[in-house]
Amino acid sequence: MTRLLDADGVRRALTRLAHEVLESNGGADDLVLVGIQTRGVPLAHRLAEIIERIEGTAVPVGALDTTLYRDDVRRGPLRTLGHTEVPPVDRRTVVLVDDVLFTGRTIRAALDAVLELGRPSAIRLVVLVDRGHRELPIRADHVGKNVPTALAQRVSVRVAELDGEDAVDVGEPDEPSAGDDEEDQR
Amino acid sequence: MSTTDVAMPRNLLSIEDLSRPAFDLVLDTAERMDEISRRPIKKVPTLRGLTVCNLFLEDSTRTRISFDVAAKRLSADVITFSAKGSSVSKGESFKDTALTLDAIGVDAVVVRSSSSGAPLQLARWLDVPVLNAGDGWHQHPTQALLDAFTIRRHFGTLDGLVVTIVGDVLHSRVARSEVQALLLGGARVRLVAPPTLLPPSVESWGVEVVRDLDDALPDTDVLYLLRVQQERMHRAFFPTVREYTRFYGVDSRRLAAMPEHAVVLHPGPMNRGVEITHDVADSDRALITDQVTNGISVRMACLYLLLAGSDRDDVPADQRTRDATTGTTGAAGTTEPTEPSGPTTEPTDPTTETTTEGADRG
Repeated sequence: MTRLLDADGVRRALTRLAHEVLESNGGADDLVLVGIQTRGVPLAHRLAEIIERIEGTAVPVGALDTTLYRDDVRRGPLRTLGHTEVPPVDRRTVVLVDDVLFTGRTIRAALDAVLELGRPSAIRLVVLVDRGHRELPIRADHVGKNVPTALAQRVSVRVAELDGEDAVDVGEPDEPSAGDDEEDQR
Repeated sequence: MSTTDVAMPRNLLSIEDLSRPAFDLVLDTAERMDEISRRPIKKVPTLRGLTVCNLFLEDSTRTRISFDVAAKRLSADVITFSAKGSSVSKGESFKDTALTLDAIGVDAVVVRSSSSGAPLQLARWLDVPVLNAGDGWHQHPTQALLDAFTIRRHFGTLDGLVVTIVGDVLHSRVARSEVQALLLGGARVRLVAPPTLLPPSVESWGVEVVRDLDDALPDTDVLYLLRVQQERMHRAFFPTVREYTRFYGVDSRRLAAMPEHAVVLHPGPMNRGVEITHDVADSDRALITDQVTNGISVRMACLYLLLAGSDRDDVPADQRTRDATTGTTGAAGTTEPTEPSGPTTEPTDPTTETTTEGADRG
């Protein structure tokens, strides 16, 4: 298991990501941050805190569970549903926030879900880690850390709110994973 | 979004099919499904390409419509077989119906039948999940789950609540499922009924039986009224409807005798003026319309949980059965001694045995 980011690393990455989002959006107006369940949600809240510190504007934050939009519902294992609560998205710029970008299938599902909730003027994607191996033509607008990985390796993101600490690790396939599991990332 | 180790049964034939974790999973999933029903577009693509068959061999309005809406909100295609006017009955012709469904290639069957045990029989013939939408006097599991969901939403928990069920317990599949579901959720259950409308087995149900409704009201949290099923009563179980109303009907006086937080549920359709008066049915302490709304969310949850993860190509055939043996009380020898003994099921169809099978399904 190799540590890619420790707590300070995660903090610095999120601070830079917040600045990048503000710069590309030209401020915090009309932004909506939507975290993808499970670990994207605390990350979205932290980005909103940093943005508020920088701009003095409170940005609405939502949570999105993509399970019901997956293309492999019938293939096991059984998945529980997370809470979905998204602020109004019409004519706003929705920033999707996720921990790991892998195959792109979760983001595809998230795009479908957001587009059914309203008509945003734009949708952007922020991820803490991009580990490659895309199966769909999807890319992130802002990336905390690009991590070249082998397909069989496991990337584990831990967030203090859920796991007691902030960390990003990459491990070999036979190592037990401490945080987000592979199934969620696909 | 995460995976769960909770074992869902392959079919939902009886509340006995559910372990406590599976019961909680159904109610938690229903909470999420409820979010969908509040959106401008009340639909998710989850079951796109799958076909759910509603096989209604006995008349039903709300359960059929509720399952119909639930399947459609999950984007499943729905076909409805109705026995109305046809002579679908038990035995060979019922089997032919099953074979027809199999040949059409449905992915799940929702079945309502006047024959207790018909859904179990169907589950043996078919390779797809079967959901019992009410069979004879036996079980109506989704009704009990939506009631448990409604109570849990209102009070935050089922644990420790006193639920008083009033009325025709004998002919009521709702009562059988209801008692099991409420006990599973940790509620205390009390039955009030004319002695002629209590089943002989009631002593083994793990509930308290009270003769006088007025004695039961002061510490009741939830008053659950059963419908007076006039179509099932070919014999005189009580002298007159007026007498039933006097002893077991709920009016504003009886409503006032309950604690202020107490609520009234009814599975519908109501006989207004018999088991419930207009003012009680329309009061804000009646959760009867909530029950109908929640029924859609609970049935969406059941369809999702039985169909999701059901293609287990990656699992060896001998491990593919999804029957949860933990928590079931139907199969001999699997009952934990610490569990409260629920009402035993009494399928009247001689071809049926216990409600839970072992590993030969799947």
